[in-house]
Amino acid sequence: MIRSRQVTAIAGTMLVCSIVSAALLTRAVDHLRPTAPLQEMLYITSPKLLKRLCLGYDGLLADIYWTRTVQYFGGTHSRGGGTYKLLWPLLNITTQLDPQLVPAYEFGETFLVAKPPQGAGDPQKAIELARSGIQNNPDNWRMYYDLAFVYYDQKDYRGAAEAFLRGSQLPHSHPFLRIMAAQMAQHGGELNTARMMWSATLQTGPDPLIRANAAAHLRAIQVDEDVTVLEQFIQKYRDKTGHLPAAFSDMVSAGLIKGIPLDPIGHPYSLEPGGRVVVSVPEDLPFLDKGVPSGYVPHAAPKLFPAG
Amino acid sequence: MNSRVFHIATNTFREAVRDRVLYNLIGFAVLMSAAAVLVGQISIQIERLVVINLGLTAVSLFGIVIAIFIGIGLVSKEIDKRTLYTVLSRPVRRWEFIAGKFFGLSGTLVVNTFFMAIGVFAALAYVSHNLLRSDIGVLVALYFIVLQFIIITALALLFSSFSTPIFSAIFAFWLFVIGSFAQDLRNFAAMTHGVTRWLATGAAYLVPNFSALNVITQVAHGEPVPHSLILFNTIYTLVYSIAVLSAAVLIFERRNLK
Repeated sequence: MIRSRQVTAIAGTMLVCSIVSAALLTRAVDHLRPTAPLQEMLYITSPKLLKRLCLGYDGLLADIYWTRTVQYFGGTHSRGGGTYKLLWPLLNITTQLDPQLVPAYEFGETFLVAKPPQGAGDPQKAIELARSGIQNNPDNWRMYYDLAFVYYDQKDYRGAAEAFLRGSQLPHSHPFLRIMAAQMAQHGGELNTARMMWSATLQTGPDPLIRANAAAHLRAIQVDEDVTVLEQFIQKYRDKTGHLPAAFSDMVSAGLIKGIPLDPIGHPYSLEPGGRVVVSVPEDLPFLDKGVPSGYVPHAAPKLFPAG
Repeated sequence: MNSRVFHIATNTFREAVRDRVLYNLIGFAVLMSAAAVLVGQISIQIERLVVINLGLTAVSLFGIVIAIFIGIGLVSKEIDKRTLYTVLSRPVRRWEFIAGKFFGLSGTLVVNTFFMAIGVFAALAYVSHNLLRSDIGVLVALYFIVLQFIIITALALLFSSFSTPIFSAIFAFWLFVIGSFAQDLRNFAAMTHGVTRWLATGAAYLVPNFSALNVITQVAHGEPVPHSLILFNTIYTLVYSIAVLSAAVLIFERRNLK
């Protein structure tokens, strides 16, 4: 009996020690090979073959591929400098395995169309995905909304207006689609239209990441407007004094503005020589058209603060 | 069901439980708990989908593995252990032995599926905080999975009645794979001409139509399953299982057990 207990104790100890050692060794091997090629492999490239191979359990496989897509995008995004070359094939496989997987279309289009380093910068694939989403989910107005957004991003305001209009004709579609169709047809390239589009996404977006992306775009639009207005005040200051202000405090002293202006995050704007208004922490404000400091190279992985 | 068939069925159920078949429920519980907790953290917007897809796929695959690996041994094990002679020396007909084994294993799988279904709904309630009306579709998918088990049990029993366990497992597994392509097989057959068409069509209709019994993806998206499909699948399973069991009885009746 005592002998049996001794064997149990020794075997148990050896089991635990061996498992812990194996785990530690695996970690050591991972450190030796930090970028194993696993992430960049697709294994099976044909969605049709994959659908056949999974013996009818395609729903679960689509979920696995969707999770892989999310992990691939997140991993490439956080490492920075990635090209997202697998984003489209992964999305294509996911949506062909499960054509009703709406989040894959919505997320996919947003990040396929976004320019690097925020996304893959492949609007044609985004349009292809959006059209496939409409074909497979013809009663879902969000599919038309997303297609319109891709067209809008490509400054194809006519295509966007048409997609909004088609979406608005569906039963149970959101009322703002009809408004957006009219707005897009008349004032496609205006900042107010952009604000309406992103505000609608912020309010109705189904996912925190998509809403955070919309919030970042709204902040960028706000900076665009702030910079335009502030540069008008700088011109006024120049007209009044004959020279450019050295800092915003000069303009405050001149009574042109009430205080040091702040960007949507709460950081003070900066003034560059030559009278250019720029944001002081550009890393916090991706998607800017105006207000980018001279010589600033966008960070590979821009911050997306939670919306709201 | 006559009392002899019932006794054999009860003993088959007890034997399966004694063989620790229901231990798979522990693995299933761990899988569902992990899915419910982890998926929300590593994916986007598919918590419910994963619980339904993973849960129903696991119920299906666990059950199929059990049906094949227990089913193939139902007859051969009794012959190897010579317990079959004891049973057949009593007033038990050979067809009653086959029927009892079939009902016993089917009952085991139904009980197993019942506990797994509780796990699926518990995980679903955890991730969604409530159950939806459309979740009734999950029950329909579970019912179809049970129908799959019934057909596979019958097939495993058929192969077990004349072949060795290893070959029975191979035959049953391949018929499951081929049956999952039943729809494609019929489409291929429709493309052929003449005698080939007759033969191909015949073969396509002979394999079990498992593709019609898989509605997992459909119910995961809350799409309703037509009542007519439930009725037709039920009748199909009944008819197909009777056909397979009849073949098993025919073979077993003529088998020389000496």
